[in-house]
Amino acid sequence: MNMKDYIGIGVLALIVAVMPFAVGNDYYLGVLVFTALNCLTCIGLCLLLGYAGQISLGHSAFVAIGAYASALLTTKLGWNPWAAMGAGIVISLVTAVLVGIPTLKLKGHYLAMATLGFASIVHVVLVAAVDITGGPSGVSGIPRLELFGLALDTDTRIFYFCWALVLVALYFAVNLIHSRVGRGLQAIHGSEDAASSLGVNITVDKIRIFALSAVFASVSGSLYSHYVLYIDPGPFDVMHSVLLITMVAVGGIHSIWGAVTGAVLLSLLPEGLSFLSEGLAQFNIQYKTDYDTLIYGAILLSIMLFLPEGLFDGIRRSFSFFSKTNTETERGQ
Amino acid sequence: MMEPSSVSFSDILQYIIMGVQSGCIYALVAMGFNMIYNATGIINFAQGEFVVLGGLLMVSLTMTLNLPIPLSFAATTLAVTAAGVAMERFTINPVKNPTVLRLIIITIAVSIIVKGAAMGIWGKNSYFMRHFSGSEPLDFLGASLLPQTLWIVGTLVLIVAAYIYFFNHTMTGKCMRACAINRDAARLSGINDRRMVMLSFALSAGIGAIAGIIITPIIQMDYARGALLGIKGFGAAVLGGLGNSMGAIIAGILLGVLEAASAGLISSHYMDAIALFILLLVLFVRPSGIFGSSAAMRLKEF
Repeated sequence: MNMKDYIGIGVLALIVAVMPFAVGNDYYLGVLVFTALNCLTCIGLCLLLGYAGQISLGHSAFVAIGAYASALLTTKLGWNPWAAMGAGIVISLVTAVLVGIPTLKLKGHYLAMATLGFASIVHVVLVAAVDITGGPSGVSGIPRLELFGLALDTDTRIFYFCWALVLVALYFAVNLIHSRVGRGLQAIHGSEDAASSLGVNITVDKIRIFALSAVFASVSGSLYSHYVLYIDPGPFDVMHSVLLITMVAVGGIHSIWGAVTGAVLLSLLPEGLSFLSEGLAQFNIQYKTDYDTLIYGAILLSIMLFLPEGLFDGIRRSFSFFSKTNTETERGQ
Repeated sequence: MMEPSSVSFSDILQYIIMGVQSGCIYALVAMGFNMIYNATGIINFAQGEFVVLGGLLMVSLTMTLNLPIPLSFAATTLAVTAAGVAMERFTINPVKNPTVLRLIIITIAVSIIVKGAAMGIWGKNSYFMRHFSGSEPLDFLGASLLPQTLWIVGTLVLIVAAYIYFFNHTMTGKCMRACAINRDAARLSGINDRRMVMLSFALSAGIGAIAGIIITPIIQMDYARGALLGIKGFGAAVLGGLGNSMGAIIAGILLGVLEAASAGLISSHYMDAIALFILLLVLFVRPSGIFGSSAAMRLKEF
């Protein structure tokens, strides 16, 4: 782990610490809680997508597993929320390994479709298994989390807790990338054959990282349940998987910091757009939230066409363009 | 839900009719996947959106503007074909030396844009469209058969005939096949491979649009249907061996019948999961498909 990452985590921690004082509005604080949850999932997804080079359009399924495990075990069986979250992690882990063993043998398009198929199946089951999941009407009355006897019942407390988890996850992910495992993963991304001939057990490593990213997604789902206190299958459809991929890709596939940047930007985008729509309304231009999808797509497409390494990399480059002159050689590569 | 013991011959026949009806659509979507795959090696995640565009545009032309069906059919197909060409020109063609990951995300981005645009234009309602020739079901050996189903099967047969003629008896079709077999060799023989890629997007979008047009009277189209139609069509393409369009047709119909039968015999709530489950099973057990030779598929990248 190099100095830049420490500084990055330190700066982010500072921003997080002062944020509730700067915002002071529960609604926006709530938006930032969802941002944290997306960051958590995206950090895991970035390890899989950017470092191991394996695409997954199935992470909405793991978010859903975490969310439903927390919701159902606490409301129907009266479990402690932490135990339910743990159970969610275990279920996601087992599912990821079972799905990952056959799936991760596939590459590229096949892998994308297989994970997409898996996520669609989970969504269909959530809607159809009315007896267990409550079907489209969902589960309500989910209890809040408690930490050391302190209920996480205000937006500020939940905010601090979720962002603390994001910081821990970041620290963990950055360390992992610079470890032997992380370098092995990047070797897999480069060339599976070369990695395997140098002694990287590619099958096991891919499944491990898939399972790890599933755990991140599951925790984020559990936190969602315990924050919103009501869930239905709506937010966990395939579109959510696509949105997660968009976040990672917009920020920059090959960097954890890029994934976090993307997650923050796209989570705040709907707010930005609704703010914009108020401005546009003054000029008699009607903006509906229905157009959000179109804008997500347009952003994703333009990033992929013009900045395939993502916004974070674009920003970094334009900075280093001013500070150093060796960017030209970097670009030449 | 009915007891399994009470399943009669006419019920089975009914499942087969229902299955063939949706199977024809999966087959058409799968053919669309195959065309682009053969020309470029890309799986177009926006394939299902062509179907939705076709259906919704047809609804607007026939139901809102009250144009005659043949005219709307032609106009819709042309418009969606143009959309396919635009997609290739603006999003696929400009990208030099793309990675698979980048191409996947690009086609996903296009699918989000089309979906978002469709939602903006047509809203979230699902649209009814009048049947091509009457919506009165015919009696067929005790099972009911909609005239529209005959239109669907007939259209598939016509498209397959056109497909066979085009790829076997026209110069352009043969050039496209040459590109699919070996792009470098085709280029060395003077074939403009970039134009073939554009053509593959055009044909694929056109076939998708036709699939959307003929199914809309039965399923009622809405903006969000693309993803599921796309992934089921992909299931048919894989089941038939990716790139093999004749295999895709048989696989599509098989998938439709299996889906309809299990929906009738097990539970209709899980209907959508069944086709996906079959897709996963094929991908895990035999990614070369039931008609693909595993020796030839070993050369391809999964």
